[in-house]
Amino acid sequence: MSASIEKQTEAKETSFWDKLIRISMKEAGVAIALVFILAFFSATAPYFATPENFLKIFVQIAINTVLASGMTFVILVGGIDLSVGSLLALCTVIGATIMINPQFSPWQAIVLASLASMGTGAVLGAVNGWICEKWKLPSFIVTLGMLNVASGLARVVSDNSTITGLPQPFVDFGNLIFWGIFPSIFLIAIVVVFIGWFVLRYTVFGRFVFAIGTNEEAVRLSGHEPKRYKIAVFTISGLTAGIAAMVYLLRLNVGSPVAGIGYELNAIAAVIIGGTSLSGGKGSIIGTLVGACILQVLSTGLQLLGADDNIKPIVIGAVIVLAVILDSYRGRLMRILETR
Amino acid sequence: MSDASDDDILKLEGIGKRFPGVVALKDVSMQIGRGKGHILLGENGAGKSTLINLLGGVFRPDDGHILFDGKHYDPASPLEAFKAGIRVIHQELHPLSNLTVAENLLFEHLPRRYGLVNYKQMNKRAAELLEDVGLDVPPTAPANRLSVAQLQLVEIAKALCYESKLLVLDEPTATLTSREVDRLFEILRGLKRRGVTTLYISHRLEEIFEVGDDVTVLRDGQHVITRPLSGLAIPDIVELMVGRKLSDHGVFRSDSAVSGEALGISGLKVTRNSPELAFSVAKGEIVGIAGLVGSGRTEAVRAIFGADAKAAGEIRLDGEPVEINSPKDAVAAGLCLATEDRKMQGLMLDMSCAENTTITDLGKVSRNGLIIRRAEDDQSQRLVRELRIKTPSIHQVVRTFSGGNQQKVVVAKWLFRGPKVLIFDEPTRGIDVGAKAEIYELLWKFAAEGKGVLVVSSDLPELIGICHRIIVFSDGKIVGEIPREQFDESRILSLAYKEYSRVRQH
Repeated sequence: MSASIEKQTEAKETSFWDKLIRISMKEAGVAIALVFILAFFSATAPYFATPENFLKIFVQIAINTVLASGMTFVILVGGIDLSVGSLLALCTVIGATIMINPQFSPWQAIVLASLASMGTGAVLGAVNGWICEKWKLPSFIVTLGMLNVASGLARVVSDNSTITGLPQPFVDFGNLIFWGIFPSIFLIAIVVVFIGWFVLRYTVFGRFVFAIGTNEEAVRLSGHEPKRYKIAVFTISGLTAGIAAMVYLLRLNVGSPVAGIGYELNAIAAVIIGGTSLSGGKGSIIGTLVGACILQVLSTGLQLLGADDNIKPIVIGAVIVLAVILDSYRGRLMRILETR
Repeated sequence: MSDASDDDILKLEGIGKRFPGVVALKDVSMQIGRGKGHILLGENGAGKSTLINLLGGVFRPDDGHILFDGKHYDPASPLEAFKAGIRVIHQELHPLSNLTVAENLLFEHLPRRYGLVNYKQMNKRAAELLEDVGLDVPPTAPANRLSVAQLQLVEIAKALCYESKLLVLDEPTATLTSREVDRLFEILRGLKRRGVTTLYISHRLEEIFEVGDDVTVLRDGQHVITRPLSGLAIPDIVELMVGRKLSDHGVFRSDSAVSGEALGISGLKVTRNSPELAFSVAKGEIVGIAGLVGSGRTEAVRAIFGADAKAAGEIRLDGEPVEINSPKDAVAAGLCLATEDRKMQGLMLDMSCAENTTITDLGKVSRNGLIIRRAEDDQSQRLVRELRIKTPSIHQVVRTFSGGNQQKVVVAKWLFRGPKVLIFDEPTRGIDVGAKAEIYELLWKFAAEGKGVLVVSSDLPELIGICHRIIVFSDGKIVGEIPREQFDESRILSLAYKEYSRVRQH
């Protein structure tokens, strides 16, 4: 009897420590890094710790946060999506073209454009996933192809020019600021992050995302078709590219075939800094949000410190690599702590 | 046998090697005579591979020491083993397939001039070596165009090039045609004339007489005998390999009522040219599949489960034909398979015990696509208790579990699904004795509940201990079906070797 009680208390203790370690190893680890970076710039950079500056940062991270949320899903299953930047460009020109069509009332135009933008992203994302699974190709190559295809399509659709003259209510909404500090587009990004977090954490689908990233063959041999879930994951990434395109239009009010160049790399950087493992199976979307914040805070902070524009990418590049190095230690530390 | 003689090129003294949960070699002492053809025999899991890997510098022994050519021998890497004069030709060859034959041959020692590879000299040297082993391919041919037999000869040529004193061949003939085998033996005899010692491992018992002078038999990681081959016949050798064993394989129970067909297989062809397989498992029955590693046992059960595509065949569950083209179909029909490689195929090692348990049927612990943590935890907790999985918490990552507990998690996940027929491939590999007994208990319990149980195992005493019936595979065919009353270890083993003995005469 007493033995079993002892065992139970022991079990409780271990699971408490287990939880503590897990939390500090996951989101909290990156969050602590963010707090340190914030503290550093607040102390050293003039104007850094002002509401205006934070407003600016929030405006700037919205697009990347949306893209990186979808990217988190893809990287969690062990893939990569290089096409999101040019998907965004394609979706901006499609969205803008619909919105400036005089046939529609402004509200009709806005709704149709949003649906078209998200739909285009989702469909092309699904195509990415389907090609990868159908021919068992690495997503790196397939989405690299899609990067070019979508970029070309964007030029064709827009006739190689930028599209301006979006409806006024749309532009106004993009300029809205809530509680003096949160721009509307940032709140959209937060909603996307929240939905992503919820899906990954509480749904059966989310469980499959982690399981496939951890051991796809085991999932298959447990009687499931990983294929379907992986196609869905690429669809989600395309969908977030479509949402990000709308955010882009809200922010810059212009649809452009050359929008989004290099955005995929920023999104990947945010995911990796946020602690999601490139080999899949481990990570979180909250981490991704923090990762996106770290990237932007570094960029803004360095600018306010008066750093040379050419120095910025050097620092940010170093931080990305550092994050991966720390991640490799984190994995080892986890294992040591757990086998203790 | 003369002890400590200079005629021995290799001497093992008290060699022991342990892996987590298993003792692979225990106090093995043996000698190999200089210039002899030495044969190493043993059942699956007797410790042959471990021994080869110790000689090849892949592992280091935990106990004992090795004398090679009169010197202490303890290689830290395959390269050191090779430099010391021992060349191991593994069963699976991994050539640098995009490089040429000559580059492969001389890779460790490319002729150089001014720091650059001297291709002319390299190809010339390679041509000489290839001629030595009678391999008629240009040195500049890419390695990926060579057949397995030709690659083996390249490996042997490599051994010649570095004047290896001991050549270890692990199942070299497993994938060769009979003409290639003859050629290989010719070359091995030539090597012997040049004073090279060979250590030869094979499942094909009759061919060992063509290349061997002496034989060593291992059993359960222990040395049984080393003696000249002359005067031994195949049945004697089988007897030596089987021997008498300590039984840690619980006693058979007949408390399950065997009735009606649970799983029926007919006309199953794994590949287009493979022989047709047919057998059945009754409700409440445990059927074993015996056979050598590579005899098609795993391929057959994987094909049944839909894990790999099959060429043809009908599968019946409870007498009803079912269409199985993927594991999804199989699981939906009520079949499950615990694969031989639980780490790579059975578990998500970096996920928790609870998450691994419920993956087979998340519908049971979710509503509207949302996982109900409470229900999941309860279910998992129940199975952990029922199967006596030792873990401080169901949220513990299964990577940290022992082999036995990991296997129990695999069982738990299938139990959670509730199948009609359970297939286990090597259910107790790498598991300690205590956990083995618990796994056997579980198998019996499934049978007692009226489920059909199919067990593939390389551990013959294990099958004899737990099965109602044993099906013997040999070279992809079913060569025998033996009811419990007629279980006899040497008979089963002879059957397992049967097709391999015939191969050479065709």
